[in-house]
Amino acid sequence: MTKNWPLARRKAALRQRARIIQKTRQFLSERGYLEVETPHRIPAPAPESHIDSVPSGKWFLHPSPELCMKRMLAAGYEKIFQISRCWRERERGSRHIPEFTLLEWYRKGGDYLSLMEECEELIQTLATDLGMEEKITYQEHNISLTSPWERMTVEEAFHRYAKISAKEALQQDLFDEVMVQDIDPRLGIERPTFIYDYPAKRRAMARLKEEDQTVAERFELYLGGLEIANAFSELADAEEQRKVFQLETETRRLLGKAIYPVPERFLTELEEMPPSAGIALGVDRLVMVLLNAKTIDEVVAFTPEEL
Amino acid sequence: MYTASDLRKGLKVTIDNEPYVVTVFEFSKPGKGQALYRTKLKNMITGFTIDRTYREGDTFEHASLEERPMQYLYKEGDHYYFMDNQTYEQIIINEDALGETKYFLIDNLNVKVLMFRERAIGVELPNFVNLRVVKTEMWVKGDTSKADYKPATIETGYELRIPPFVQEGELITIDTRTGEYSTRVKE
Repeated sequence: MTKNWPLARRKAALRQRARIIQKTRQFLSERGYLEVETPHRIPAPAPESHIDSVPSGKWFLHPSPELCMKRMLAAGYEKIFQISRCWRERERGSRHIPEFTLLEWYRKGGDYLSLMEECEELIQTLATDLGMEEKITYQEHNISLTSPWERMTVEEAFHRYAKISAKEALQQDLFDEVMVQDIDPRLGIERPTFIYDYPAKRRAMARLKEEDQTVAERFELYLGGLEIANAFSELADAEEQRKVFQLETETRRLLGKAIYPVPERFLTELEEMPPSAGIALGVDRLVMVLLNAKTIDEVVAFTPEEL
Repeated sequence: MYTASDLRKGLKVTIDNEPYVVTVFEFSKPGKGQALYRTKLKNMITGFTIDRTYREGDTFEHASLEERPMQYLYKEGDHYYFMDNQTYEQIIINEDALGETKYFLIDNLNVKVLMFRERAIGVELPNFVNLRVVKTEMWVKGDTSKADYKPATIETGYELRIPPFVQEGELITIDTRTGEYSTRVKE
C-alpha cells in the first residue's frame, strides 16, 4: 500500500475535478470567451481592506487576476476568461486554502444580471456532464438546479434571516458576523441563491446602482451555504475607483496591515474600459459542491500542510 | 498571549478568569469581508459550552493551568486513576472532565494532568497514541473497489474512519489533536 494514502484516495475526486475544469473551458469558449493568461506576480495588487497578498520579492503573488483582466477589457478584448492560481495570506480553514484556483470571466456590455444567467447555465451544464441532472446533494442538502434560481437582495436576506437590518449591522460594525452566523448557512439550501445589491460600503469594485446609490450592483452565489462566486457590474470611473482604493487603504492602515502601491497603470487605463460585468468563481469550492466534499482538502492534490 | 489566528481545536485560553478549551473551530471569511474565527469553547471547570466569534486582532491569555506529569493507571466506573510521576500520589479524574480525551487513554500512558487551583480538570495527551482496532469490515487484498475510508471501532470504544487495508486486530496510530487515523503500526 502506498505511503501517501490520503493522496491516493483522492484520485477519483481529482479526475472529476479535471473534467469539471475541461468542461468549464469548453462552455466559455463556445460562448465566445477568449482564454487568457495574465502574470501571477504583480507589482501592485488592488488595495482591499481584508485581502492580504503574499509578497514575492518586491512584488506580490496576485490575489486575483482582476486588474490585469480589466486592462485587457480596456484595450478592446471584449469577452475573456482565465482559470488561474491565486494566493491570499492566512486564509486557511475547511473552505479556504491560501493557494487556490479562481475562474474569472468578463464581458463588455451586460451587467451583473446577465452574469447570473450565465452562472446558472455553466453550473447546470457541469452537473449534467457529471450525470447529476437537475439535482445535487451537498452534505445534508438536496439542491435543485432547475431554473430559476433564488434571487434575494442583501437587505431581504437580513430581513429574513437576521435579527437586525443590513443598515443596522453596518452601523454596529457587525455586518460580517451576521453574514457568517445567521445568513450564509441558510443560503442555497433548496436551490442555489444569488444575493445581490450590496450596501455601497461593501461595493468593492462594483458600480453603484443608478436608481439607488445606497447599493452596489454586486452579487454573490451560494450553494448549500457555501459561497461560490462574486460578481460586479464593473466600476469604470477611474476617479471614483481611486477614491475607493484610498478608503480601502485607509482601513488597511487602521488595521495595521501592509500598504500596497497604488496600481496607477490600471487606474489610467480604466478610463477606456467600456461598461462591463465580471465574475470570480472559486473553482475548488465549485468542485466541493459538485462532488459533495465536506472540506477543500478533499478536492486538491496537496494542502500546504502536506508539502 | 494568543491572537485569533492561533485558535485551533484543543487550545486552552482564559476568558473571564476561567480556563476554556476550544472544542470546535472554523475559519470564515464572508466575501470581501474580514476573517472571522468561529469557535465553541468549553469551560474546563463547569463543562458548559459557549459560542464565540473572534476577529483577526483579538487576543487571549493562556489558560493559567499547572501541568503535572502523570501516568494513567486504570479506570473504575467513571473514575480514571492517575499517578504523579514525582510524588507517586494518586488522583482521580471524572469521566466528564476528560471529554474526548478518555478515548485515547491506554494503561501506563504518560500524560500531563492540568490543574486549576489545585483541582485536576483535564489531561493533555501526547500528539500520537497507538490503539488497537477491535471492529471493522474485512478487506480482501487487492480489492480496489473500496477506495474510501471505512468505519472502525478501537479498544476504547472510540469510532473513527480508517483506510480499507487496515484489518481487525491491527494497531494504528491516532492523532489525538484531530482524533483521526494517522498510520498503521507494524508489529
